[in-house]
Amino acid sequence: MRVRLAPVATLFLAVLLIGAARGAPAPARTVSEAEVHEIAGELRCVVCQNLSVADSPSEMARQMRAIVRERLEAGESPTEVVQYFVDRYGEWILLSPRRSGFTLLVWLAPLVAVALGLAIVGVLVWKWTRRPASTEAARRVDPAMRERIRRETEAEP
Amino acid sequence: MSRRAWRWLIPLSALPVLALLAYGFRVNPREIPSPLVGRPAPGFALTTFDGAPLTLEAQRGKVVVVNFWASWCYPACYEEAPVLERSWRAYRDRGVVVVGVDIQDKAEAAQKFIRDFGLSFPNAPDPTGKVSVDFGTYGVPETFFIDRRGRIRAKHVGALTDEVLRTRVEPLLGEPAG
Amino acid sequence: MIPELGYGAAIVALVLALWGAVTAALGARTGRPALLLSAQHAALAVFVLVTACFALLTYAFLTFDFSVRYVATNTNLGTPFYYRITGVWGALEGSIILWTWMLGLYTLIVILRHREGARELYPWVLTVMLGVLAFFLLVITVAAPPFARQAPVPADGRGLNPLLEDTGMITHPVALYLGFTGLTVPFAFAMAALITGRVGDAWITLTRRWTIIAWYFLSLGLLIGGWWSYHVLGWGGYWAWDPVENAAFMPWLTATAFLHSVMIQERRRMLKLWNISLVILTFSLTLFGTFLTRSGVIASVHAFTQGTIGAFFLSFLALVLLTALGLLAVRWDALHAQGELDSIVSRESAFLLNNVLFVAATFTVFFGTVFPLLSEAARGVKVSVGAPFFNQVNVPLFLALIFLMGVGPLIAWRRASFDNLRRNFLWPVLVGVAAAAFFFSLGVRSAIAVLVLALTVFVASTITVDFARASRARVRLGEPLLPAMGGLLRRHNRRYGGFGVHLGILIIAVGVTGSQAWSVQTETTLRRGEYAELAGYRVRFEDLTASEESNHFKVAGAFTVSNGRGLGVLRPAKKFYPQETSPIAYVDYRLGLREDIYLVLGDFARDGSQATVKFQVNRLVSWIWIGGLVLTAGAVLAILPEKKKAA
Repeated sequence: MRVRLAPVATLFLAVLLIGAARGAPAPARTVSEAEVHEIAGELRCVVCQNLSVADSPSEMARQMRAIVRERLEAGESPTEVVQYFVDRYGEWILLSPRRSGFTLLVWLAPLVAVALGLAIVGVLVWKWTRRPASTEAARRVDPAMRERIRRETEAEP
Repeated sequence: MSRRAWRWLIPLSALPVLALLAYGFRVNPREIPSPLVGRPAPGFALTTFDGAPLTLEAQRGKVVVVNFWASWCYPACYEEAPVLERSWRAYRDRGVVVVGVDIQDKAEAAQKFIRDFGLSFPNAPDPTGKVSVDFGTYGVPETFFIDRRGRIRAKHVGALTDEVLRTRVEPLLGEPAG
Repeated sequence: MIPELGYGAAIVALVLALWGAVTAALGARTGRPALLLSAQHAALAVFVLVTACFALLTYAFLTFDFSVRYVATNTNLGTPFYYRITGVWGALEGSIILWTWMLGLYTLIVILRHREGARELYPWVLTVMLGVLAFFLLVITVAAPPFARQAPVPADGRGLNPLLEDTGMITHPVALYLGFTGLTVPFAFAMAALITGRVGDAWITLTRRWTIIAWYFLSLGLLIGGWWSYHVLGWGGYWAWDPVENAAFMPWLTATAFLHSVMIQERRRMLKLWNISLVILTFSLTLFGTFLTRSGVIASVHAFTQGTIGAFFLSFLALVLLTALGLLAVRWDALHAQGELDSIVSRESAFLLNNVLFVAATFTVFFGTVFPLLSEAARGVKVSVGAPFFNQVNVPLFLALIFLMGVGPLIAWRRASFDNLRRNFLWPVLVGVAAAAFFFSLGVRSAIAVLVLALTVFVASTITVDFARASRARVRLGEPLLPAMGGLLRRHNRRYGGFGVHLGILIIAVGVTGSQAWSVQTETTLRRGEYAELAGYRVRFEDLTASEESNHFKVAGAFTVSNGRGLGVLRPAKKFYPQETSPIAYVDYRLGLREDIYLVLGDFARDGSQATVKFQVNRLVSWIWIGGLVLTAGAVLAILPEKKKAA
């Protein structure tokens, strides 16, 4: 039996290509110090109190930074790298809580506080600028006195 | 409620905050539960100090006690080293493997530690720290108890005692390897 | 013998404080001067006894009395002399003694200053101060006794936490505590006002200077804390939004809000309810601060310990909050008055907005600090809230506050006419916009940095405009320039002191912005003779030297620094203390007006052939400390007694 070269070659090539596509590593890329620093800045150093992996001088943080760099170079996205750490350490390792779910509360707090404060002040200012008619009479002061009062009140702290 | 009564909301509003702070006494902020408990243990492929290969795969079917330590970890690692050695000798014939992973350490100091305590179970260095991060370790010593099916069942932070080891390992021994 | 004396002194002081509080209250109710006198004597005795406690504890430190547990845990035979003195307040028990001593001192000064005037309020002020003193003395005698003995007596102590062996250790707690304890005085006056029903302006006028002094020390404590963090901890930062740092920052925020809203009450007799609430809130936040530091409820680098002491502080916080707010509810009618505003565009509005922003910032910081606890309580998941969150949410608030710093002092009371606005703000606004364009053209691309710089120019212009116009008015009246300016500062010291403080804050803001936006760093391993370069600087590793110090072993690396011309040798080191499991980094740095060079030693080879070094060029950090000096000058000016114009 004569083996047909073309089909075999095609099959062989196909197998090779499929194997290559599945097993080939993602294109290695150069990762800048700044990129590593940024991701490391989102992670809490686990052996320090309240420092990021980027800032911590500890050995563990150094190793974590190296792992971040390695994973970025292997083609993982920043989100995937961060998720890798969260899977192993829990949400606690994030220095900044996620902006979703329960932790969204802490991000909304400042907005709520400012909105509430402005609303209260707004209501008060509205109420307080509506003067009853009786005090209108008291405001009749002659212009020279008024000018002097204005100057004095503007000069004092 | 009458208009006069609304004012009492002000002192009352302090109560939820105080209650929350009081709740704080019941929890320890430094105890972070591991998300890996109940999940398959991350595999590792290390080389022991003696040059032999050490992988988690190879221990499948046995109960594995993975202990992270360092020679500078005083006094905790020094307290638990004899405990680990004793347990290794007691349990090795019953299908338990004790594995030590040395992190953030120097080879001579680590080998001196092993010699001083006469540790006979496999010990391997983790120079890049990848295994320790894979397991989500915060520091040393930390010990993970892995069942016969390769899942992490418990994590112990701090020095081990014979008591703790026994209570963690015995139940896992009774389980099938299936 | 000595420890027993100290313990005895504390117990007697506690009894006397309670006695004094009760007699002062009775003296207030019955009006009998003998009772009040007795309370004053009790207060004096308490101060003397607490001083004795302090002295005895210091003596135990100096004589290495390791039979006292506190001495053994905080010092050892190698601890240098001065750290044996400052180490007295280096941990929990001693810090409480320091706090109590300062409270006693403030009480004494309040007595000396106010026993003649303020007849109605004074007895109750004394009651409250002695009551707070009694609480802290209770903590000293029961919860955290500093004189507790231990047996067997160890041959050597453990030693002071090495991070505390620093000049910052001498000043930071002292300044901070002077601030915290100082805030007790306005609180005591507010409580006296509530109890007596005299919720008018008397208590505000009397406490104005106290508030500024306490506020100033708090600011100083925060700044020194930042300096200490910067030059000791080795991460190149000065503020980490650590829970305990937040706990000191929150009362500062509300105290600042209070300093401003007080001016509305002085001028327009409004916001009585709000001002009293602010003072109660500020004092409660100082108690919350001590609670956080000492209870271990929220993990922090500062937290001392866990134990029953946390329960003590929480209970006292609950007592204070519920009592004070309850009294507030009782006096609601007298406090809750209809305000009057002429126009939204006025200084009153600016101050109101200022308060909204400060309190919103306080709420944000508070919520973020306790959120880990809330998350665990609500859903059992531990989260952490760190610096990136606090930085992000607070920046817009602080930017708005900086803007208000420029607007507030110049806008007219009651109603700002268009003329007034134009006269005061046209030029500064134009200069501010021009500055923004200028910085942008220089290459500054960070929006926040441009904003901060432009706003700084704007506010500085408003201050200049005001000062220039006022000086010119005086010069026109015949006064030479310099005396005119000096006279202005003296005559209107509150106003210009305030300006000085604002200027200080501006300089700090610029420093913070610069260091956040433009600092750079790198980390490399160098062999002997090799160098690293960053931002125009070259750092060359020369060698390592090891030395034995009195209580630690030190390995220092010598690095020559140059930027074209030689800048000397920096010697960052690692210090190995026997009582610590890991070495402490000793940072070496070269400070400059524009930038600091900052070196931290990492790993090194035993034979000194190579070393890892973290090399930072931190920009504009020195401006933070300079801003602190300007702030000090402003605060001092503001506190000066008013110079009354001759009639």
